[in-house]
Amino acid sequence: MAQVIIPTPLRKFTNAQARFEADGNTVQDVLKALSTQHEGLKTHLLDENGELRSFVRVYLGDEDINFLQKGETPIEANSIISIIPAIAGGIV
Amino acid sequence: MANIILLKDVGEAMNKAAIEAFPNECCGFFFGHEISGDRVVQEVMPVENSKEGDQRRRFSIDPKAYMDAEKRALAMDMNLLGVYHSHPSHPAIPSEHDLKQAMPWFSYIILSVEKEEVKKTTSWQLNDARKFENETLKQL
Repeated sequence: MAQVIIPTPLRKFTNAQARFEADGNTVQDVLKALSTQHEGLKTHLLDENGELRSFVRVYLGDEDINFLQKGETPIEANSIISIIPAIAGGIV
Repeated sequence: MANIILLKDVGEAMNKAAIEAFPNECCGFFFGHEISGDRVVQEVMPVENSKEGDQRRRFSIDPKAYMDAEKRALAMDMNLLGVYHSHPSHPAIPSEHDLKQAMPWFSYIILSVEKEEVKKTTSWQLNDARKFENETLKQL
């Protein structure tokens, strides 16, 4: 099963679980399974059209899926998917 | 909101980073433990401001640096408690942009800095209504 690493600030929605495992063919399959099981995560991961929010990056191993096939990026049984919140801000 | 307590070395490291980066914004992560609802910050990890363009008014952290911070937290058996950044020549109050990008649960520490001195340090956390609430910050 592919493994998703949950970032610390979102673990409040996964009962403090740092990892989530699911079967699937693509990154999107696994993220959907994750947000189905942990409903509270959904609004932080996906927009109203079910697309990944722009403030959230997803990496497959060390690669940003935006530079692969985005949600359609194929995964393998031992894939590691990381959810990474965009960290930014400033005076204005 | 709970208390957030900075150990002496941590507060000094954040101040140093804010002064050295002036007039640009500095940024980084901090780690520690939650004890009876209070957060004790024990380690700090300065990170390069990767914002392209005007770093006097904006900061951004590279996703790989974020991944490193999560790995470091696991290796140290601590929590990644939040993010700090400076507001050069501006108050230690979160901006609209800070709010828009903020994650739940994290503490956001802001240092108001002038050329050679940190004037004020505050800490903020999102509430369930996605508004910032001021945390009580104590420096040992």
